[in-house]
Amino acid sequence: MNVAGLAAVALAASLGLSACGGDDAKASDGTFTVGHSEPDHLMPANTTGSYAFDVITELFDNLMDLTKDGKAVPLAAESVTSDDQKVWTIKVKAGQKFHNGEPVTAQSFADAWNNAAYGPNAMGANDYFSYIKGYEDLNPEDENAKPKADKLSGIEVVDQDTLKVTLNDPFSQFPLLLTYPAYAPMPKAGLKDPKAFDDHPIGNGPYMMDGNWERNKQVKLVAFPGYTGARKPKNKGVTWKSYSSADTAYTDLRAGRIDVLQTIPSAKVPEAKRLLGDRFLARKMSTTDYLGLPVFDKRFANPDLRKAISMAIDRQGVNKAVYNGSYFPADSLIPSIIPGHRANACGELCTYDPAKARQLFDKAGGFSGTLELYFSNAQPTYAQWMRIVANSLRDNLGIKDIQFRQVPASDYFSLLGDRKEKGPYRQNWEADYPSPQNYLENMWGSAGNRMGWKSTEFDDLIAKANKTSDQQQANALYNQAEDVAIREMPMIPLWTWAGEGGRSKRVDNVTITPFSTGLIATEVTVK
Amino acid sequence: MWRYVLRRLLQAIPVFIGTTLLIYAMVFALPGDPIQALAGDKPVPENVLAVLRDRYNLNDPLLVQYAKYMWGLFQGDLGENYTGQSVSEMLSGRWAVTAQLAVTAWVFELVLGVLLGIWAGLRRGRFADTLVLSGTTLVIAVPVFVLGYAAQLLFGLHWQIFPTAGTDDGWPMSYLLPGMVLGSLGLSYVARLTRTSLSENLRADYVRTANAKGLSRARVVGRHALRNSLIPVVTYLGVDFGNMMAGAVVTEGIFNLPGIGGQVFESIQLKEGPVVVGAVTLLVLIFLLVNLVVDLLYGVLDPRIRYE
Repeated sequence: MNVAGLAAVALAASLGLSACGGDDAKASDGTFTVGHSEPDHLMPANTTGSYAFDVITELFDNLMDLTKDGKAVPLAAESVTSDDQKVWTIKVKAGQKFHNGEPVTAQSFADAWNNAAYGPNAMGANDYFSYIKGYEDLNPEDENAKPKADKLSGIEVVDQDTLKVTLNDPFSQFPLLLTYPAYAPMPKAGLKDPKAFDDHPIGNGPYMMDGNWERNKQVKLVAFPGYTGARKPKNKGVTWKSYSSADTAYTDLRAGRIDVLQTIPSAKVPEAKRLLGDRFLARKMSTTDYLGLPVFDKRFANPDLRKAISMAIDRQGVNKAVYNGSYFPADSLIPSIIPGHRANACGELCTYDPAKARQLFDKAGGFSGTLELYFSNAQPTYAQWMRIVANSLRDNLGIKDIQFRQVPASDYFSLLGDRKEKGPYRQNWEADYPSPQNYLENMWGSAGNRMGWKSTEFDDLIAKANKTSDQQQANALYNQAEDVAIREMPMIPLWTWAGEGGRSKRVDNVTITPFSTGLIATEVTVK
Repeated sequence: MWRYVLRRLLQAIPVFIGTTLLIYAMVFALPGDPIQALAGDKPVPENVLAVLRDRYNLNDPLLVQYAKYMWGLFQGDLGENYTGQSVSEMLSGRWAVTAQLAVTAWVFELVLGVLLGIWAGLRRGRFADTLVLSGTTLVIAVPVFVLGYAAQLLFGLHWQIFPTAGTDDGWPMSYLLPGMVLGSLGLSYVARLTRTSLSENLRADYVRTANAKGLSRARVVGRHALRNSLIPVVTYLGVDFGNMMAGAVVTEGIFNLPGIGGQVFESIQLKEGPVVVGAVTLLVLIFLLVNLVVDLLYGVLDPRIRYE
């Protein structure tokens, strides 16, 4: 009784104390905080996740950088040039330093790329180096074979500031690929101890680590005093805080405990618009949802049937019902933030027209058997919109027997990879770099597409565009390839995601791009 | 008594082996390829996947994987998760958080629960009793995540009494609100158990005898009635430790506390066997220990109970 009484007094006392301890008068030290999800790795080559990119793009200066409208401009490079789009000469800007004082040279890039491409290192972004000559020797087809080499034969360090890169095939989008975070340079210290490097990356960018990565808590960055590049920070530092719940991150934004949040949970968006006013930040994203059709299955072999499905889907209706009308119904295979997008390229094939859809459906001879719809459980909204799509197909095309196949997220891509799906499946794509090629070649190219669709016309046009140095001309060729894919419609574009974020009153000039650069942290001003 | 303690500790060994194998098998049985899941939608070459599967022994049959895991365990190595982080490092960082949260919640439910129970038990049928009964019914009926978000919005956002989330303010400030949310369910049961057994014991013969001897009210209630009444409460507190770990998954998520509960939840989704087994096994061991302490406490509360 006495002990309990004492404890009660102690508890009451601490409650009382805490009542007056609720101060959030954070003294402004010129730094700001951003809420996001925990990254998987901070070593640039070992991740393809956007939460990791948030941090990595602030720590490292790649050879090329992206402007806000998605064009590649030199950053750590003086120039990136090629006559035949196959052999590229890269001049590295002299006088740059890593955060530990080591100079940034052509060798720093060569080392990083060899390390990334070497199969046994099992780096997450390994595949992004397959464009470079010699990649096969580092990654043998037979998974039990030993690699023949540990360095890419296509990379040659000419002198301290010059790098010569030979690709397997001409690839005009190489400067854009160089903006991808995995192509960051690495200092010697990082190669020696990759584990320590993952906890404490040493980059050449405008910010450096302030202490180690505190897993599941935060990554603290401060401005790097020795930075000589073009992205000089307008603030003193940025802290990336990890949240396991998006709702909690949003509550912390409202409480002023974080300054920027890139993603507000969609259920909270109407409230956030009202509460945040001009501090609510809406943007278009590059992530686009598609409905892939297993063309290898005879029942989906007729293009008219595939077009009928596309025209039977009410994209705007789904957008209103599931996403508060904030998403962007697709009018092309490529989202509008990618240079090379043409408004309404898909035309009537992406326009809701039940009568015409029915007509095409009947012309194709209808559909027999069970229509199975595949999606993963990664997001609850997938099941919501699939249900609406199913209703559309039932009402507009008269397909009676429709089944849902909701697959665990960890199983979904192996299922599609093994072509075990028996019907339309959900697929999305987030741009690695803003080029139509990134969407078209990866998802429709005969070498790697999941639909089993083959078109030499399409492949030839992509190859031709990859040889074309002028970006405008290249885009025109990509668009021709896109037209082929629209005509055949092996995969139906649905909608592009919207990003909805917010900022606190303490910060201003918050820009969030739809690319790997994400939040432009260096431009944020702190009150 | 020491023989009893020793026997109980020895019993923990088969329980330990059984749970690790069981949990390992359950994680193994989860659908999906964890390495493919790590890669998500972006292309990863087959040879890279092969290196990773080999590194984490994922091509071995269940029993071989388990044997390799146990062999590592005996050498003090808890293994790695599939992004190459050492499990012991991951868990040690997170244990502190969960321990602070659990202790805060436990103290809260014990102290406030017993006090409310005594208050209601002594005033059976009167206003205090009704208030405690209806209040605790409400708390039991409301799911913990509703309670958590509501407390966060009210105490964190509107009145700014407590921080909304995170561990930045350290113990106790960062842990008070989540601790109270986590402990609220247990508090309700503790209060109700105390109330019922106290008010029953107050009508028992030995209390009448104590009263008749002329002992003071405080001594009758505190020394005689309450001590006996606490036996079911102590039993409950031991069992509740397990419930608390389940509640911690939700509470840690809402209040963004990087603790064990959230880790187990994430790792099950990612099919990270070594992490799940490591964390859950430790939980099981602690659960066994707590319940051993509870059993020993019976003897302190009721001298008639003997151990052999």
